[in-house]
Amino acid sequence: MTPRFQPGDRVRVDDREQPGHVRTPHYVRGKTGVVERVVGSFPNPEQLAYGLPGLPYKVLYRVHFRQTDLWDDYRGGDDSLEIEIYEHWLDAAS
Amino acid sequence: MSEPHNHGGAAEHGHAQTVFQEDERPSFEAELLDLAVRELLIEKGIVSADEIRQAIEAMDTRGEALGAKIIARAWVDPAFKAKLLESGDEAVRAFGVDMRPTELCVVEDTDEVHNMVVCTLCSCYPRPILGIPPAWYKRKDYRSRSVREPRSVLAEFGTYPAEHKDVRVHDSNADLRYLVLPQRPAGTDGWNEEQLARLVTRDSMIGVAPVRDPRALTDAAE
Repeated sequence: MTPRFQPGDRVRVDDREQPGHVRTPHYVRGKTGVVERVVGSFPNPEQLAYGLPGLPYKVLYRVHFRQTDLWDDYRGGDDSLEIEIYEHWLDAAS
Repeated sequence: MSEPHNHGGAAEHGHAQTVFQEDERPSFEAELLDLAVRELLIEKGIVSADEIRQAIEAMDTRGEALGAKIIARAWVDPAFKAKLLESGDEAVRAFGVDMRPTELCVVEDTDEVHNMVVCTLCSCYPRPILGIPPAWYKRKDYRSRSVREPRSVLAEFGTYPAEHKDVRVHDSNADLRYLVLPQRPAGTDGWNEEQLARLVTRDSMIGVAPVRDPRALTDAAE
């Protein structure tokens, strides 16, 4: 499975509401970060949670965010956060 | 943070300003399902009650000692450290650890970066290495506040990373499990792996506290 993004790419987490078992927390939805690494392909947890095989597998990334991009009132200039996001939650960002 | 009403818990005892939220108990349906599936598995001879007990016992007895050995090895062996950071799963296999179906991601503290780990969605934790997570790790206040105000949370643990440092929070929300590789403290030149391992605590591998002060161990030995 060819990853759509590479380390260093700027990505935006999709800001959609999706019912069911979702592993993309609300606090990163709609936020822009940078791909830290391509982790690999994993069964889709949104299927796996319901006893399905999780096909097709989804590419998983670790995405790096500046805390000040996640929270408007964050204090602590260089602090950051890294989180795992599946490809179908990511869009290219400028 | 006042609530128009409460659902029981601490607030009923006059602590309306409580900063934490008690976790909910599993639903009655979930408990019934657990019991039913377990009884079926036993009845069909797929697992025995004793095998379940053994698995729980093995999980409960795992603790910081194994993690501390891994960190101490990384401090003395640069090739092992490189492998641990590059491919954690493969590196810890030498210690008899099987991370499957998850993968191990080791994050290294430096003069510029202080790492800390949380799972905001549940309580994902490197159990094959550190065993059962501490109670606070699973609590909603740690899980929600660590990503929102990590420095305040760290201060409550008595940890104050320098202002210029990047406090880097790792949300363990999917398929990786995280272990912090703390910095080897000064004053430990010539220490062997066994001595170094005694400095490494569970909380230092979660990233909420520094490793033990080597002077404390040296004093105790004298």
